[in-house]
Amino acid sequence: MNRLTIRLIAVFTFICLVVPGLVYGANLISKQSFNGKSAIKLRFSVKVEKAKIADTAHYIVYEEQDPDIRLKVVSAKPDEDGKGVTLHFAQNLNTAHTHVVTVKNLVGKSSAITKVSKSYLGYLISILISALLINNFVFTKYLGLCVFFGTSKRKSTAKGMGVVFTIVMVVSASMSWFFYNYILIPFNLNFLQIVVFIGLVSLTVQAVDTILRKVNPLLFNSFGVYLVLVIANCVIIAVPLILANNNYNYYETFMLALGAGGGFLLALYLMSSVSERMQLANIPPTFKGLPIAFIVAGQFAMAFLGFSGLKIF
Amino acid sequence: MQLVANGILKENPIFKLALSMCPAVGISTTVMNGFLLGIAVLFVQVCSSVTISLVKDFIHPRIRIPTYTLTIATWVTVIDMVLSAYMPEAYAKMGIFVKLIVAFAIITMRLEMFACKEPVGASFWDGLGMGLGFMIGMMTIGLVRELLGSGAILGYDVLGFKPLLFFILPSAGFFVVGLMMAFFNYIEVFYKRRKGFKS
Repeated sequence: MNRLTIRLIAVFTFICLVVPGLVYGANLISKQSFNGKSAIKLRFSVKVEKAKIADTAHYIVYEEQDPDIRLKVVSAKPDEDGKGVTLHFAQNLNTAHTHVVTVKNLVGKSSAITKVSKSYLGYLISILISALLINNFVFTKYLGLCVFFGTSKRKSTAKGMGVVFTIVMVVSASMSWFFYNYILIPFNLNFLQIVVFIGLVSLTVQAVDTILRKVNPLLFNSFGVYLVLVIANCVIIAVPLILANNNYNYYETFMLALGAGGGFLLALYLMSSVSERMQLANIPPTFKGLPIAFIVAGQFAMAFLGFSGLKIF
Repeated sequence: MQLVANGILKENPIFKLALSMCPAVGISTTVMNGFLLGIAVLFVQVCSSVTISLVKDFIHPRIRIPTYTLTIATWVTVIDMVLSAYMPEAYAKMGIFVKLIVAFAIITMRLEMFACKEPVGASFWDGLGMGLGFMIGMMTIGLVRELLGSGAILGYDVLGFKPLLFFILPSAGFFVVGLMMAFFNYIEVFYKRRKGFKS
């Protein structure tokens, strides 16, 4: 157990080192952010005449995915010190998308381009929370049910299984991301997705199997046959497929995998606590075993439906 | 024939073996969805059973599981591309589940337990039976959910009203599968009891 703890700590430090997001910086524009629903706030690094700032012809704004649709700037209100501006728009902006702001001829003849988006870290955390709760892989996407019903009899097994799942998922998703972006896309081998991903997943599972057998035989014994089942599990293979569909970058992939694994752990833990209680309950004979487990899972799924309106960032 | 009936009734993948539950809960909202995914699974199951049965003498026992996985993955790629080319609408509805056929425990299990020992013909019939059993299971669940949820069968309005909208919501899949399993158990128990009285 001790070594496993150390491993977990190592993983955690890795997260802390890698995650802190990217900082975009353009020369002229030092700071940019959304201001309410229909305005963008910019700060400049140099002082500019207020009259010049107020001219809306200097600004071109569009959403990153459709550059043809220019958003009309209604008014540009300079800040008191002449080092910033607030752009007001006719309609509400879709703040979930990245907006590109081009500032032309404001200082000399140069133009500066900047991207306005919500905090990248916030975006990453929203991916994590979404995979963990809103789109929980077990209760709202219905993946990995075989293992879910198989291993959720006892709490201790459920916890161990969930942790192993998370580790396998993070490792295999990282590897799949690498293969997808550096081998499959450059060589136009996109149709081999399924074959390559399933191969990578089996490889990771095999590695975890070997390592676990040496490091923690107790945990290994309690998993029994289920570690082999991990290979043939839809949750793990679903993560690479989703990231390939959505063109995630590495940080996003990492968060998605972590969220999916965490969500699976959560689901297993919840389910196992209920089934420990159920063993003592008086269940009609026809419902014993799987049927009652399904109905409990259905109730959990209904509860998780409540997360669907959740919006944090 | 015996093998086909076996797959449909005695070892029905969904209700009896309780394998491959994910799609049974996930996309069985209508009969049509169940039918299409059933066809895809049938195709993959039959093709990979026959393939493995053909090459079973050349596979080293220690690497048999990876071989099965790769065979299945190949056939899934085929059906995935065919569906996305000819039925883009249905494909979009089924989403990621077509690709996930690769991870269905039922297919691997049949390869491991049947196709790697038996001749080609028997493997074909066994695969057909299992695929049909899966398809029928999916369609039954789809029937219940579509009838109760939207009052229609195959898109045609039958009842004229919507009895319980809850059943087309995703979480109802768990309830329907659970209740149907209990129902099948009940029939089994009932028959056993009657036999007991007779003898």
